[in-house]
Amino acid sequence: MAPKLPPQPPLQHSTTAVADGQSHGHAAPPKGIFRWLLTTNHKEIGSLYLIFSLTMFFIGGIFALVVRAELFQPGLQLVEPEFFNQMTTMHGLIMVFGAVMPAFTGLANWMIPLQIGAPDMALPRLNNFSFWLLPVSFTLLLSTLLMPGGGPNFGWTFYAPLSTNFAPPSTTFFILALHIAGISSILGAINIIATILNMRAPGMRLMDMPLFVWTWLITAFLLIAVMPVLAGVITMMLMDINFGTSFFDAAGGGDPVLFQHLFWFFGHPEVYIMILPAFGIVSAIIPTFARKPLFGYASMVYATAAIALLSFLVWAHHMFIVGLPLVAELFFMYSTMLIAVPTGVKVFNWVTTLFRGSISFESPMLFALAFVVLFTIGGFSGLMLAIAPADFQYHDTYFVVAHFHYVLVPGAIFAIMAGVYYWLPKWTGHYPNEKLAQWHFWFSIIGVNLTFFPMHFAGLAGMPRRIPDYALQFADFNLLSSIGAFFFGASQLLFVLGVILCVRGGKKAPAKAWEGAEDLEWTVPSPAPLHTFETPPVFHRTSH
Amino acid sequence: MDSQEQAKVGVRRTVIRTIAVLIGMFGFAFALVPLYDVFCSITGINGKVDATAKSVVHEEVDESRYINVQFITRGSPGLPWQMSVEMRQMSVHPGQMAEVDFTFTNNSSSESWGRAVPSVSPSTATTHLRKISCFCFQEQQLQGNERLTIPLVFQLARDLPDDINTITLVYTLYPIEHVIQNAALDNTLKSSANNELVNDPINNLSNTPKNNKAAGEAI
Repeated sequence: MAPKLPPQPPLQHSTTAVADGQSHGHAAPPKGIFRWLLTTNHKEIGSLYLIFSLTMFFIGGIFALVVRAELFQPGLQLVEPEFFNQMTTMHGLIMVFGAVMPAFTGLANWMIPLQIGAPDMALPRLNNFSFWLLPVSFTLLLSTLLMPGGGPNFGWTFYAPLSTNFAPPSTTFFILALHIAGISSILGAINIIATILNMRAPGMRLMDMPLFVWTWLITAFLLIAVMPVLAGVITMMLMDINFGTSFFDAAGGGDPVLFQHLFWFFGHPEVYIMILPAFGIVSAIIPTFARKPLFGYASMVYATAAIALLSFLVWAHHMFIVGLPLVAELFFMYSTMLIAVPTGVKVFNWVTTLFRGSISFESPMLFALAFVVLFTIGGFSGLMLAIAPADFQYHDTYFVVAHFHYVLVPGAIFAIMAGVYYWLPKWTGHYPNEKLAQWHFWFSIIGVNLTFFPMHFAGLAGMPRRIPDYALQFADFNLLSSIGAFFFGASQLLFVLGVILCVRGGKKAPAKAWEGAEDLEWTVPSPAPLHTFETPPVFHRTSH
Repeated sequence: MDSQEQAKVGVRRTVIRTIAVLIGMFGFAFALVPLYDVFCSITGINGKVDATAKSVVHEEVDESRYINVQFITRGSPGLPWQMSVEMRQMSVHPGQMAEVDFTFTNNSSSESWGRAVPSVSPSTATTHLRKISCFCFQEQQLQGNERLTIPLVFQLARDLPDDINTITLVYTLYPIEHVIQNAALDNTLKSSANNELVNDPINNLSNTPKNNKAAGEAI
């Protein structure tokens, strides 16, 4: 497939950065488009993932703005309901599979080798392949909007038989796109596990690793455990649609509830896949800007592992209303409430890290602190949803929408942005413009809360999900949410501006860009040279 | 360098193991389809009854209690049939054999096939309900405008738990397409040809016109 590059001679010494980021001692890699198509370098691939995810964030965001524009006032003003359903569905699919997951993978690619003292990922060519699958997958997915019958319109959770018997013809392409994206995630996860388990610097035990590496190790295990289940479900869908099987069709002896069980067996660990790396990022940033070591490192590791294990036992809390037997409702209610315990351990540990610290409020810290508060609020609404009889009221209302947007937007997305602001000095050699970043932060806080807090009330008042028009009593809440959504969306342009300006220039950053930063990545120059840790560093154990 | 060699060996081992887990989990997803049925039949939850006839167990009728057995019938938008039951509810003793008639009416003028799928509520009663003779074990064929009456013969086990006093038996009618592959293909062709019919469930599930069925049977 790829043309053969000249063989790379093994290096005896670290190379220093040159103006164009290339290093001496290697045969010249290709220039131009082929450099990016064929790169096996974890830093370049990390940047590719991050740029891809930022693009998808805006595409998914625009779909959300179409939804919020229609919901701005009661009545059907702007789009047909069939198209509205495509917008809600695609917003979910793009954000979950195209924005959040690739962003975390990009951060993993950039930072894991640097944090463990490895020269690159374990399987660099597989890494390249994993990335380039994504533009193919999402071009296919987005192109379904232009096909006859339209794109997927059955919600990002694509329950069967709505997504099999009553779905547009493009559904087969949707399934293919999801297969391709799933393969990308799985291969990336294999790469990450292989790297972390085998390529740590000598002397770095597992319990010496930074928490971002730990959380990604656990996330990668979750990925290889549940992405194949998603692959199985969508294959069953494909067979029901095209080959006459009846996995989910009661007429043929199948069961729609089977779909929900299988989907959520994947789906619940999936949402933890989308948050555990965020925990790792916050666990790096808070100690740095509090100038204090993370409180309770071991318990943070165990809590993360406990959350991951428990995540396999709670899936039916998305299905409390399908008619589960009482014993099942109770089991899933208790197990879901149990997850709050290790999560609470983590929140308390972050707060305790701050206690008596010497705290400064640069932009990474602002986003990390906002994460702790707002993610916890999202967690509280999750606890409310966990109570099965109460969930009978909340299920499929905007209360659920409020919950998961709180844990995903001021949760996962803020953590990603915190990580970007934190590591930009390492990537580019410049500090991001702090003034601009602060404006971005405060506008985002206002936007995110104005958008999603009213949704709690709309849900409690009875507003259902996934509707293009609503009863008049929900009008005020929707007005606020729509204003907030456009405000939030516009303020993300400040983020794009900040990143672009930082790449092009800015205040010069030293190797250790932040005073309290301790991990291995801060020992290499800023910007990090293309090749780092060609010889493994000597790792000095700190207070872990 | 030795540590690089070690890393290479380790990486290969990790990759092999993770791929094994991958294949295992993919197989697990498919295995869950029969596994759910196994779990449900062992525990009796989900109200799924056995699709085989049970023989009558000659046991003492428990005359000390009556169980109220209710019958609910549900049609399907894709099948022009009506299903009615002789009586909406009856009182039986546990251990007593009972019989009730169900009537199927084909309201259209062309023949069609259907199946009645049962469900029992509360689900804990499922394992205590024995069906001796039931139309739900096989598909029914009705000619145009034909009417058919079939009995359901059942027996509640004597060991039915004390806290169950009402049992509801729901039968849902489903159409059966005799040419299944062709029906799915027809749906796809129909959808791309007529955009306005895409989200029309009734047309998607209806019997195909005669010439299509003939084409399917030729396959």
